[in-house]
Amino acid sequence: MKITVNGTPEEVPQSTTLRALIEFKKLSVDKVATEVNKRLVRSANGGYERVLAEGDAIEIVTFVGGG
Amino acid sequence: MSELFRIGPFSVTSRLFVGTGKYQTYELMQQALEASGAQVVTVAVRRERLVDSQGRSLLDHLDLSKYIILPNTAGCFTAEDAIRVSLLGRELLEKQNNPGAGWVKLEVLGDKKTLLPDPVGTLEATRELVKEGFTVLAYSSDDPRSAVRIKEAGAASVMPAGSPIGSGQGVLNPLNISLCLELLKDGDPTYPVIVDAGVGTASDVAIAMELGADGVLLNTGIAHAKDPVKMAAAMRHGLLAGRLAYESGRMGKKRYATASSPFEGVISYIPGE
Repeated sequence: MKITVNGTPEEVPQSTTLRALIEFKKLSVDKVATEVNKRLVRSANGGYERVLAEGDAIEIVTFVGGG
Repeated sequence: MSELFRIGPFSVTSRLFVGTGKYQTYELMQQALEASGAQVVTVAVRRERLVDSQGRSLLDHLDLSKYIILPNTAGCFTAEDAIRVSLLGRELLEKQNNPGAGWVKLEVLGDKKTLLPDPVGTLEATRELVKEGFTVLAYSSDDPRSAVRIKEAGAASVMPAGSPIGSGQGVLNPLNISLCLELLKDGDPTYPVIVDAGVGTASDVAIAMELGADGVLLNTGIAHAKDPVKMAAAMRHGLLAGRLAYESGRMGKKRYATASSPFEGVISYIPGE
């Protein structure tokens, strides 16, 4: 199914969880923050076990240098 | 200066807040932060570079047990985006157990060229973020009435710009900064006001502190110096000099001279007498 990750369209298998996507990208859930469709995903609520849906827009962010 | 500087529920050991952007290398950034004596460092929130699995993450180069991270909402031009970024920053810091999870440097910008704050967006975002439980440190223009509005919206600190972000022009309108301080601290003398933006060199920091600012936030002034580590030390000294001078109560300015040595007892000829 088609989703968007950090602004780029991607194709992922059905039933992919957010956690699986992040780990597939070689990232750690503990070191990123994520939105699905402009809503914050909270680790505390088991948000990363969410199964992605067609058309979901995912943002995976971290900290960079800034003033 | 051994007393702690309080902003909302936060108590910090240095009145100099330093940014982590624009350094040539992470190592230089670390050395400059160390030399500055800062305890609070700002960071930005950006997309992970998914193609690069080298993991060159800023978090790997910041000692999170030493620094309190203050995430900014740089690059946001709407209140909605600034709120989203604030929530993401908080989530990141909660995962790292850094106390900075409770606060945010709010920037809602008007345009890319001037990077001046959008006053309306700043107010909207301040109100929402305060409701969300954030301690908001709001980047502001040096317009005193806008600054007061932001305080009334619930900001724990207003941070007026000395001059445009990254411009190095220093405090261009000391009268306005002075009026901001006067109005923001009216009946509330410990309300923290931090001059943020445009600081270029150590004397700019000293000037801000002599005006009565409680702190200074800067990034480019250190990162773009030829010797950032030395400049970081200079900024630290400049802040201390300015703060001590402010606390000392400077002498008044006079139009004419008053001699430091007495005229009584001179052996010399004094014209006109």
